[in-house]
Amino acid sequence: MAYVAVKGGERAIDAAHAWREAARRGDPAVPALSTAQIAGQLGRAVERVMAEASLHDPVLAALAIRQAEGDLIEAAFLLRAFRTTLPRFGAALPLETGRMAVRRRVSAIFKDVPGGQILGPTTDYTHRLLDFTLLDDAPPPAAPRASDPVEAMPRVAELLAAEGLLRPEPASEVTPFDLTREALAHPAPRDARLQGLARGDEGFLLGMGYSTQRGYGGSHPFAGEIRMGAVSVELVPDELGFPIDIGEVVLTECQMVNQFHGGKTEPACFTAGYGLAFGQADRRAMAMALLDRAMQAEELGEAVTAPAQNPEFVLAHADNIEATGFVEHLKLPHYVDFQSEAEAVRRLRAAALAKAAE
Amino acid sequence: MRGYNFAYLDEQTKRMIRRAILKAVAIPGHQVPFGGREMPLPYGWGTGGIQVTAAILGPQDVLKVIDQGADDTTNAVSIRRFFARVAGIATTTRTTEASVIQTRHRIPETKLRADQILVYQVPQPEPLYRLEPSRVAARRLHALAEYGAMHVRLYEDIARLGAVAISYDYPVLVNRRYITSPSPIPAFDNPKLHRMAALQLFGAGREKRIYAIPPYTEVRSLDFEDHPFRPHRADGACALCGARDSYLDEVLTDDRGGRMFVCSDTDYCAGRAA
Repeated sequence: MAYVAVKGGERAIDAAHAWREAARRGDPAVPALSTAQIAGQLGRAVERVMAEASLHDPVLAALAIRQAEGDLIEAAFLLRAFRTTLPRFGAALPLETGRMAVRRRVSAIFKDVPGGQILGPTTDYTHRLLDFTLLDDAPPPAAPRASDPVEAMPRVAELLAAEGLLRPEPASEVTPFDLTREALAHPAPRDARLQGLARGDEGFLLGMGYSTQRGYGGSHPFAGEIRMGAVSVELVPDELGFPIDIGEVVLTECQMVNQFHGGKTEPACFTAGYGLAFGQADRRAMAMALLDRAMQAEELGEAVTAPAQNPEFVLAHADNIEATGFVEHLKLPHYVDFQSEAEAVRRLRAAALAKAAE
Repeated sequence: MRGYNFAYLDEQTKRMIRRAILKAVAIPGHQVPFGGREMPLPYGWGTGGIQVTAAILGPQDVLKVIDQGADDTTNAVSIRRFFARVAGIATTTRTTEASVIQTRHRIPETKLRADQILVYQVPQPEPLYRLEPSRVAARRLHALAEYGAMHVRLYEDIARLGAVAISYDYPVLVNRRYITSPSPIPAFDNPKLHRMAALQLFGAGREKRIYAIPPYTEVRSLDFEDHPFRPHRADGACALCGARDSYLDEVLTDDRGGRMFVCSDTDYCAGRAA
């Protein structure tokens, strides 16, 4: 009997997978999506999948989105499972976001800043009206080009730091923690926390960051600077001994300037929260920066009262691949444990009924 | 399998996992953190057990995989196929023929031997998590063997309900030192943990922990002198093989209260019915 049942299970799995493949393709009369279309026209989805998978590869991210039928968490999972098989041939030098080829740069704390405010390709001031002309694939209007090239743009946080207004970030030569290779231990250092946030679920980061604005661990944030653009990635190969440019990545960086610290004896200064994400991702980078700052509460001597200030809570629950696995595993068979529980309930009921009858 | 190392994981990762296993064997019942990798199966599907199995598997091994005691449950089929595909090893459904058995939620009824290894899939390695959700605080409790809260919890069950109400994942004390989760096996299986001849390895992928019970280790299910631990099973005999000593699944046969009981261990049942 068991042998027959095993074969039945295998047939069921094979049939389910075949049905899945057919459903993914959809109506064969409609042209299939190309990976290039996804990479080129669904950029925000591609960037989110790359962030949550911790792998910068727009083509493979687009493939994952296509394979996952647009389920972005499933796509990030596919990409991560691929990433974990890749060999490592080196670590890049720290990115110089101060030398970013800026496409967008806004500061909410100054009317103007050196280098200027650049809106870039943002949706911030669009009216959210469905554009029915897209149904007819109308070509977009020509976008005007700036007459002058952008000037050098020092990071706003550095301008504040030069005046001593922003809490200095001590430089560190320590090899950063690697969340993808080691088990996270608490209290987690800031490099580990930032890695956890960088690959955390965007919805979770958003909700937790939002909670700090509603009184659960607030830190009076100001958007010191949000900048987006391409940054060179440099690597020092062992055989060369000097840095070479191996390509560029588009990033959004957010520096929050938060509630000040210090007082009578220690000169007061603002504190900072940092967010960094692949692509054009204001929401993700800003939520990350709020949480990075909230999680510094203990180090800054603030009372830890809210979930967002508890790194163990935030980091253990931010990973959507882990979360979706554990939530969804409830659909696997649990009948052995349920049987045990049902027998226990029956025994307790029998005992209570016997007692009531006495 | 083309493009992949034997048993999927690269050799560096296997060595890292083996080091964690050795430490776990040296400190029975203690949870050892390890650099768990993303696996091509979802968290919750047995990624910890799969990584442990991948790290210990050799080309000569014969693998058996069970879920709920059965070889024919879909996840057991899927994991068995995974290893047949990425390691090209022999698989079996016979408990006696297997050198490595990966399990979810059961211990086979057939007594295991010293030349076998039992690998458990563990969803939640921390036995204290319902009492102390912070893993930082729970670690401290383990270090100090400060287990009063667990005994109070068992006492409260007895005071309110007349008996301990934990029916699966029933906590055990391993080698008189660490309170350990036996994974969500029914409490019926707990006595099999005690002085088992086979090495027992536990892998929790999402929580990135490995722990072990070495062969012939003392494993005591927590209880009180006046309320000794009692394993339970459905009262009856298997409808297929007549066993009265095995753990039984209840199968609903109609919507009028009809039901039958059959062995959860499909290999044990088939062996008896043959």
